[in-house]
Amino acid sequence: MEIYRIPVGQAIETFINFFVENFAFATRGFAAVTSTGIGWIVSALMYPPPIVVILIFTILAWFLSKSWKIGLFTLLGLLLILNMQLWGPTMSTLALILVSTLIAVGIGIPIGIIAALSEIAYKIITPVLDVMQTMPAFVYLIPAIPFFGLGAVGAIFSTVIFSVPPCIRLTCLGIKQVPKELVEAADAFGSSKWQKLFKVQLPIAKTTILAGINQTIMLALSMVVIAAMIGARGLGGEVWRAIQRLEMGRGFEAGIGIVIVAIILDRVMQAYGGKGQQAQQE
Amino acid sequence: MDKIVVEEVYKVFGPTPDQAIRMLKEGHSKSEILEKTKNTIGVAGANFSVKEGEILVIMGLSGSGKSTLVRCLNRLIEPTSGKVIVDDIDITGLDSEALRRFRLDHLSMVFQNFALFPHRTVIDNVAYGLEIQNVDPGKRRERAMGAIEQVGLKGNEDSYPNQLSGGMQQRVGLARALALDADIMLMDEAFSALDPLIRSDMQDELLQLQEKVQKTIVFISHDLDEALKIGDRIILMKDGYIVQSGTAEEILTHPADEYVAKFVQDVDMAKVISAESVMLKPKEMTYYETDGPKTALHKMKHSHISGIFVRKDRKLMGYVSAEDAAEAVKRGETTLEKIVQRNLETVNLDTPAVDIIPLLARLHYPIPVVDENHRLRGVVIKGSLLAGLSERGTE
Repeated sequence: MEIYRIPVGQAIETFINFFVENFAFATRGFAAVTSTGIGWIVSALMYPPPIVVILIFTILAWFLSKSWKIGLFTLLGLLLILNMQLWGPTMSTLALILVSTLIAVGIGIPIGIIAALSEIAYKIITPVLDVMQTMPAFVYLIPAIPFFGLGAVGAIFSTVIFSVPPCIRLTCLGIKQVPKELVEAADAFGSSKWQKLFKVQLPIAKTTILAGINQTIMLALSMVVIAAMIGARGLGGEVWRAIQRLEMGRGFEAGIGIVIVAIILDRVMQAYGGKGQQAQQE
Repeated sequence: MDKIVVEEVYKVFGPTPDQAIRMLKEGHSKSEILEKTKNTIGVAGANFSVKEGEILVIMGLSGSGKSTLVRCLNRLIEPTSGKVIVDDIDITGLDSEALRRFRLDHLSMVFQNFALFPHRTVIDNVAYGLEIQNVDPGKRRERAMGAIEQVGLKGNEDSYPNQLSGGMQQRVGLARALALDADIMLMDEAFSALDPLIRSDMQDELLQLQEKVQKTIVFISHDLDEALKIGDRIILMKDGYIVQSGTAEEILTHPADEYVAKFVQDVDMAKVISAESVMLKPKEMTYYETDGPKTALHKMKHSHISGIFVRKDRKLMGYVSAEDAAEAVKRGETTLEKIVQRNLETVNLDTPAVDIIPLLARLHYPIPVVDENHRLRGVVIKGSLLAGLSERGTE
């Protein structure tokens, strides 16, 4: 006897197809705009001689982190990337990370705030985040194609979905961790909800929120690499190509490039977040 | 005039508060209600009022509902039922915007663990309430500085809270409340997190400040000594109920029940009992204008006392001892002029017993208790003081 098979996959497919058929014009439009934006960022990064960009990044890293060690690492790391002839792919990867992180943070922080302030929203959002984080990252690539087409925008879509949960979670956590007495103090002095949020809750949650953004950037970096499978270029594209051609050396070179970018972003973000905390404790 | 009137305020935490209140009114106990309905009673039918310009201390052990009650006054905690009336406005009926405005204008609060904003400097903390009110930055700074000076923190305005000691942090908390023109100050265990010496200093300073600013203060404390020191009146809470309210002396001398008696038994009675309550009525006085040594001696003999106070123009003027009077009679003097001891040390009606004890040891005459017109109202002798202390201590 044949057991009835519940059509889970079919249902999801129908559901997504419905959206594709009815909203593809909107998502495709969005894709066109975003893709132009990414194009601009990449050309802006590629326009000056690489050495100038490297120096700008070095100074920026040094300035933001207030640590000459991180500055020096940035300089040497980027020079190595340039030397390995990975400059172009690195810049497109950076552009993808920049755009998807901006979108993820732009979506994540407000949702995190809502989750922190409303118990109902929290109960709805948490399980959704759990699913988003446990679902294998590759799965997000599939619906990205019908909505946004192959290439950078589809990559950004799946990257945002993959990288937004920590931003939401830590924003929510940061706000919930604001000591009860401080919230009471804000209320007792007659603050409105917005005043309480912007003058008390968000500033105190800042360190935690920055940690969330840092995690989002790191996840975005890893996803941008995977997204090479749907035609995102950049360092991930190099790795993907190396896999297909079994070019072990080239694959590792691109891999090292990704590690360098990851270390720079992580250290700068951490040093920046840590500095904010220090100012309060000095 | 009553500034705050609290009528039948209940606070129940749990799923069916109305049922809990009904059971409470029917006389069920707190633990019974918790068991049957899963409701916890925070405050059970509080009725009291706070007069304008007075310091009312709400006292009780932790879990007695005092913090909940004070939060019902500014609705940081929503009372389940009852009314809180401030200046004839029932604030339990205000919508959230009106409540916010009311808090801005009338209520400030000082917290147990200071509740300073860690990301703001001292002056920005103090100016928080003004910032919320959209006072312009120049004026804001000026008023915040004024408050900072009042609490003696000038020079620290650009520090961050965690650079300051506990005592200084709570001064910031106090300044933040003072910077507003709010006429009511709620102080939730404001000094409990400070060590004893600093706590005592802060209490003194609060009393000094209160002389100047004359706010209506509701002060929460679990420390009886603190309550006795700063409270004009005291409310004692237990298990959400108000078990007694009154002045310090009323509570100490006539505890309403065993719980209060237990609470107050460790109090040093000598600090609280006043001269008025341990003095004896003066049995007899002699008149400077008309009486001579003979009359004085006669009066002493008649009342079985060994000395007598002398009155002139209805005021206490001096003291004559039996020995001196007898000598004067022998010498044939007819006035008290030569034997009266002038410049007596006196105490007031409200001088605490603890300050009378050293006088008793030093002086050889009974301690005269006088009123503001320097009229003799009573005398304190060793026996009456000790009797007064021991009697109240064991009652």
